[in-house]
Amino acid sequence: MESQELIPHLFRTEYRKITAVLSKTFGLEHIEIAQDIASDTFLQASEMWGIKGVPDNPVAWLYTVARNKTLDYLRRDKLFKEKVRGQVVRDSSAGKEVSLDLSSQNITDSQLQMMFAICHPALPIESQIGLALNVLCGFGINEIASAFLTSKETINKRLYRAREKLRAEQVKMEFPAEADIESRLEAVLKTLYLLFNEGYYSAGKDVTLRKDVCIEAMWLTKMLTENPGTDRPPVNALLALMCFHASRFEARTNTQGETVLYEDQDDSLWDATLISRGEYYLNRASVGRQLSRYHLEAAIGYWHTIKADTPEKWEHILQYYNELLILEYSPIAALNRTYALAKARSKREAIREAEKLNLGEIHLYHSLLGELYLGIDDGKALECFKTALSLAKSRADRQLLEGKIGRLYGQK
Amino acid sequence: MNDFLFVFRNDPSVMADMSPEELQTSMQKWMDWIGGIAAQGKLVDRGNRLANEGNVIRPGKVITDGPYIETKESVGGFIMVRAETLSEASEMAKGCPILLAGGNVEVRPIIRM
Repeated sequence: MESQELIPHLFRTEYRKITAVLSKTFGLEHIEIAQDIASDTFLQASEMWGIKGVPDNPVAWLYTVARNKTLDYLRRDKLFKEKVRGQVVRDSSAGKEVSLDLSSQNITDSQLQMMFAICHPALPIESQIGLALNVLCGFGINEIASAFLTSKETINKRLYRAREKLRAEQVKMEFPAEADIESRLEAVLKTLYLLFNEGYYSAGKDVTLRKDVCIEAMWLTKMLTENPGTDRPPVNALLALMCFHASRFEARTNTQGETVLYEDQDDSLWDATLISRGEYYLNRASVGRQLSRYHLEAAIGYWHTIKADTPEKWEHILQYYNELLILEYSPIAALNRTYALAKARSKREAIREAEKLNLGEIHLYHSLLGELYLGIDDGKALECFKTALSLAKSRADRQLLEGKIGRLYGQK
Repeated sequence: MNDFLFVFRNDPSVMADMSPEELQTSMQKWMDWIGGIAAQGKLVDRGNRLANEGNVIRPGKVITDGPYIETKESVGGFIMVRAETLSEASEMAKGCPILLAGGNVEVRPIIRM
């Protein structure tokens, strides 16, 4: 790989490792310093490698530079040195050495601890997601702003406040106590789930970036399955669910970047490898008695990977949506349940249920109602799609609805 | 919004006489009905089913078998829902599959202490 391709790749994989190890060493209250040193390391890499070529072992090179930059930093900042010196610098016969523990065990532990720290329940959820994107996934301010469809200033402020909150709450980089692990892990899973959804459903135009967000969320979840302390059924269920969703990544956007709805997708584009990975993790999730929302969503995801469009398939999906809603209400689940009801039973039954939903402010509600009325009362369907269009915000949603309205006019 | 308790009463022998297929169908109807309430965001507590056996403790600490000595009807379970009015809650209860099996639903507003 040439350095211009290699550096972004290494940035994704190594930035979080260097940041996590340094934050662990300095203490999480100094996370900015850790991030600065990690960023500087990559800046130097892009300067040097462009001129001198890529070193034989780029990762080792990055770690050495990070180590030297840490030592430089300690030399410059006396006050900081007093605080953290004992943990970093040791005097040896050969002079002063920086002892950064960059063993793979410490790298893994530090990353996991960073995950728990960032997903601390004291932090507002959007701060958690922002920090996760920035610190754990190595996304820059520009990328995060583009993923969230917001300005750089907003993201900068959000990250600043999030780091302040970490300090105020004195969040430490450590594994939660055994008694707390279940509830802390739940918070981590929620953030990873939302992180994945941010990539999967966001209205952002940059498809590659959105896919990267999903891949990073999956990578972090996979890391939890690889650690005995966190390899629990809901974690595996979440990863299964992500695999099933991600299997449709290629099929759900056309060459013009427009959204392709599930029923219109070319199922030969569904990724069989990801589907079988999903099945593997769903099996691993199916131990013990705990039935989390991720189990139910993974089961729904699994049935969506079945190509044959049978009432049996939709009956399964309907029953899992029933369970999911009984466990925890969400408007999207309510709409999806109604769609499944139409497929498993009849459109008329689904219309009756849809009318009770009280979700008139959401454009998706009117899109769904329009779908249900198609073939029963096309005039009413047209009305629904128009209402949906007046409420839809994203370009992709508007394109989809304009297409539907256009086709209905075409038939007249 | 107010909370309401739905108390389900039926003859316990009705369920005992069901074939596995009938049980399956009945289960599905219940899930559809409760799922429909949950889809409106109006399910407060999914409640539980109650076992047929039980004791009733009466004054003088007399314990008698079973809650249902005078009648064949027994409380089989409960859920809690949210609605504006008693009549809205009662409207929701009309969809309960127990009505198809000869049972009934008692709808009671909950008074928060």
